[in-house]
Amino acid sequence: MQLITCPYCGPREEAEFHYGGQAHVPHPADPGSLSDEEWAHHLFFRDNPRGPFAERWVHALGCRRWFNAVRDTVSYRFHHIYRLDQARPETP
Amino acid sequence: MTTVDRAVPPGADLPEHADFLWRNPEPKRSYDVVIVGAGGHGLATAHYLAKNHGIRDVAVLERSWLGGGNMCRNTTIIRSNYLWDESSAIYEHSLKLWETLEEDLGYPILFSQRGVLNLAHSLQDVRDSVRRVEANKLNGIDAEWLTPDEVKKVCPIVNTSQELRYPVLGATYQPRAGIARHDYVAWGFARRADEAGIDIIQDCAVTGFRTAGDRITGVRTTRGDIAAGKVVLCAAGTTTVLTDMLGLRIPVQSHPLQALVSELLEPVHPTVVMSNHVHVYVSQAHKGELVMGAGVDPYNGYGQRGAFHVIERQMAAAVELFPVFARAHLLRSWAGVVDVCPDASPVVGKTPYEGLYLNCGWGTGGFKATPGLGWSLAHMIANDEPHPCIAPFGLDRFVTGALIDEHGAAGVAH
Repeated sequence: MQLITCPYCGPREEAEFHYGGQAHVPHPADPGSLSDEEWAHHLFFRDNPRGPFAERWVHALGCRRWFNAVRDTVSYRFHHIYRLDQARPETP
Repeated sequence: MTTVDRAVPPGADLPEHADFLWRNPEPKRSYDVVIVGAGGHGLATAHYLAKNHGIRDVAVLERSWLGGGNMCRNTTIIRSNYLWDESSAIYEHSLKLWETLEEDLGYPILFSQRGVLNLAHSLQDVRDSVRRVEANKLNGIDAEWLTPDEVKKVCPIVNTSQELRYPVLGATYQPRAGIARHDYVAWGFARRADEAGIDIIQDCAVTGFRTAGDRITGVRTTRGDIAAGKVVLCAAGTTTVLTDMLGLRIPVQSHPLQALVSELLEPVHPTVVMSNHVHVYVSQAHKGELVMGAGVDPYNGYGQRGAFHVIERQMAAAVELFPVFARAHLLRSWAGVVDVCPDASPVVGKTPYEGLYLNCGWGTGGFKATPGLGWSLAHMIANDEPHPCIAPFGLDRFVTGALIDEHGAAGVAH
């Protein structure tokens, strides 16, 4: 089983974590002004890259805190793990 | 047990291994229709383009080898007992085609209508299942609700003891459901398409698209540029890698979906059993392996492999439901890359690019749709209008809100 390094608890088994999909998807600044099409994109459309992907994880069976990670979707290797108040590190 | 005969050793009824079933032509510089992906959907679409519409100037491009993606990785379950009218229509259309496919292809596909049981383990499961049975009946689909004792009659090896953590409270049963030999299905479609003059070109990866304004005019490939009047994407988990080249966003996420088989066993399992709640599905292949699978791995992944703890949980569920499996050995496991939509229904339809047709998002259930989808997609390509069976599955449903929520009947947690 892969170990994931929680920024708060350190390395823990993958089964303690839940996946949260793409990171850095901001809530619309002015939701009322969005067209139906823009709402559809905000709700349903996410990046799906083959390679490095910035995504959200939560340490569900540990500290229960959310964090971000850049992970390769082919090798499944974690390149970077960072707190929500940190910017996405440079590539990969 | 209806489908097994102990006098015949497992595998004795299988046909000889295939020889050459299709040519391996050099790609021409231009085709009327280019289909990207020689999996089940791409090959079926090619077959029905030729058979139903007389369109034969077609190439099916495959980046690796024919039927080497999800087509050879799925667990071959075929059924049509979905909840909503839209899904029932396409899956039942498909099931009817499965019933005559062997004659149509002139090739054995070992379609065995041994039925499928979808077990219910909670009161909510029971309510949802009974509702789905009634919905199926209204759509003319064979469906029954079985009590635990009736489940035991259909599949004697299921543990119906009420002492289980999640006891079997009943099941939906679709007798016409079944399994087929997935490789033979791909080969059968490929052979028929090849006979009709369609070029199947393996080892030919699409690296880009040629456009003129909002119109698709061809594809760029590792074997040169190919002009095309129409381009059809049947690339499953790799679809967004292609559409990203056009800046076209598609609401699918690619996940690993694992499956596994046991060693060859005597015939013990006469049907297909699926359980959403404890989460495993099991059938026994013609050769004798138990074929098992369950939900996708939670994270996005293109790696064609998944995490061990996911299949460990499936095996725990399988042994609880089938105590007779406890001493069977796992032979191998693998994963496909499935493209999952937010509403667990596929995306089939036109795109903002004229001449570009999309077929993706089948997630964990694309195999059963192979003939029905191929038929409907060929109709859309020939007429530039969606076939009624796939009209509800266009990209516009995410804007209109007319989602087709099949999370319950998709059979697999997304």
